[in-house]
Amino acid sequence: MTAVSDRRQLAYVAAQAADARVNIELEAEGMTLNIGPQHPATHGTLRIVARLDGEQVVEAEPIMGYMHRGYEKLTEVRTYPQVTTLVNRIDWLGSFCNEVPFILAAEQLMEIEAPPRAQHIRTILFELGRMAHLTLFLGDLGVQLGAVTPVFYAFRDREHVLNQIESATGGRFHPNFDRIGGVKDDLPAGWIAETKQSLTKVTDFCDLIEDLLFGNEIFAARTRGVGVIPADVGLSYGLSGANIRASGVDWDLRRDAPCGMAWDKVDWQVWTHPDGDAYARSWVRLQEVRESAKIVEQLLDTIPAGPIMAKVPRIIKVPEGEAYVPTENPLGEMGYYVVSKGGLEPFRVKIRSASFNNMSIAPWLLKGTYVPDVITILASLYFILGDIDR
Amino acid sequence: MTDTADTETAEGVVDEARSALLEALVAELGDSLVEHHLVPGVDLWVRVKVEAFGDTAEYLHERQRFRYFDFISAIDWLPSPFGRSLDAHVDNSIGEVADKEAVEMTTGYAGGDTRFQVFGRLHNLTTGLGITIKADLPDDALVVPTWTHRYPGAEWHEREAWEMFGITFTDHPGLRPLYLPGDFEGHPMRKDFPLLARLVKPWPGIVDVEPMPSTENPEDAS
Repeated sequence: MTAVSDRRQLAYVAAQAADARVNIELEAEGMTLNIGPQHPATHGTLRIVARLDGEQVVEAEPIMGYMHRGYEKLTEVRTYPQVTTLVNRIDWLGSFCNEVPFILAAEQLMEIEAPPRAQHIRTILFELGRMAHLTLFLGDLGVQLGAVTPVFYAFRDREHVLNQIESATGGRFHPNFDRIGGVKDDLPAGWIAETKQSLTKVTDFCDLIEDLLFGNEIFAARTRGVGVIPADVGLSYGLSGANIRASGVDWDLRRDAPCGMAWDKVDWQVWTHPDGDAYARSWVRLQEVRESAKIVEQLLDTIPAGPIMAKVPRIIKVPEGEAYVPTENPLGEMGYYVVSKGGLEPFRVKIRSASFNNMSIAPWLLKGTYVPDVITILASLYFILGDIDR
Repeated sequence: MTDTADTETAEGVVDEARSALLEALVAELGDSLVEHHLVPGVDLWVRVKVEAFGDTAEYLHERQRFRYFDFISAIDWLPSPFGRSLDAHVDNSIGEVADKEAVEMTTGYAGGDTRFQVFGRLHNLTTGLGITIKADLPDDALVVPTWTHRYPGAEWHEREAWEMFGITFTDHPGLRPLYLPGDFEGHPMRKDFPLLARLVKPWPGIVDVEPMPSTENPEDAS
């Protein structure tokens, strides 16, 4: 045996040993699966790094910041009326709902209240925003579980709501309609009758989805008992909205923290579910679309006459102080902690967005689940990336 | 404003639930509670010593049933050293420019002694009360006890405050960047960190001032 072939032999043995070592390491440490940042289930650019042991998730860590736009910093150099343009882009599916808590906080500091008609219009647009938002959720949920049909119906029927938002505000997605002291414009002629028609389209869609999705055996098998959140764990993570109501916590800011909107003037109900799993979260959202339709229906019949703007100075200066007025947005509790020093711009705005807290439970919740359930859980937690990254 | 407010407004409204909560906190914390501010029917603010920041949350969680975690963040009370230099000339022409030049540091509700202040918010879902807890951080030791033992949801909020303001939370399970790239230098939410977008390309300012509906008395404009 020559020296050269000897070296070859040794190299071969070394390579074999290295391979074996890698295999052992793989078996011991499992596999790392990267989901995103461009996965369709992430509603934006969320990346999840999951360490797997076979099919089971040992550890999952969401990595965000791909879309961070620095709104908290930007608000410090914008005047109060300019901030509503920014906050429209936080949760881009329910834009009008983002404006309201900021305006309410500024109004609390300025000690002014919107006239009743403006409050009604605000509440109607808020609930229309919720309907558009959650309608898309119901369709999107199906798509992520492998049922492609519902999403087409969802996009079709969401359009009826978006058309109404557009004809009242001029913007399909970013209305920028709320003003300190009221709303920008009155409702256009014939809008009330048209909106009532679109409400029936949405309630029909709810019945359709209930049959298509919630009555489907596969859907139930994929969602029941998956991603169970006990109520006390959910509260300590600051979960809000349908996520916490699906764990049996009867808490809705629309009912429990009245804040100068018209929700207390109509008859509606807060839905809860005792199970706390993915099915419960989806079911609660389905009922919320129906409740929203009920709220809007009643509000449309009882819009009071009168002005749509309170008397506010032309140049808005907010007195010194601090205010936090949360509202129940489609995704959950959203509020702005506004610190004012009496100037044209806020001194500091802390944006408390619903998805940020709702998503922070993901590492806890995903531990020990199976890979297909990861998508179910993420879909049922329902987050918008703009609402996490701000 | 920074002083202790009465529990009665001009209309004589008494906020019994919040006053009772405040009394319980005063009894429990004693000297650790530095200042408080109560707006009846609206909200309650307390400022505690930084060592007691964790214990206050613990007490509220255990004894007052504040189970719902809202958020935790920080404020930099330093007046922006950039002043109006980041603003456009059009914006400078409206409002009074003079009061923009004020540089003394003022602090909001429940006061403050130092530049950095952490504040967190908790909620009691049974009574519907919310409370904002603040703590001042000395400039040479930006360290504060974590809330993550009682409220695991605080983990991400504290990571955000850590990278944005440079505030360290003791016993936090993993202080690592949340939003920023790993090699990012500086703390962007501090007031002395310039808004780079404005420096690179100046803001055009208000180009289209929309007339507000209540313009019958232009003299009222201030």
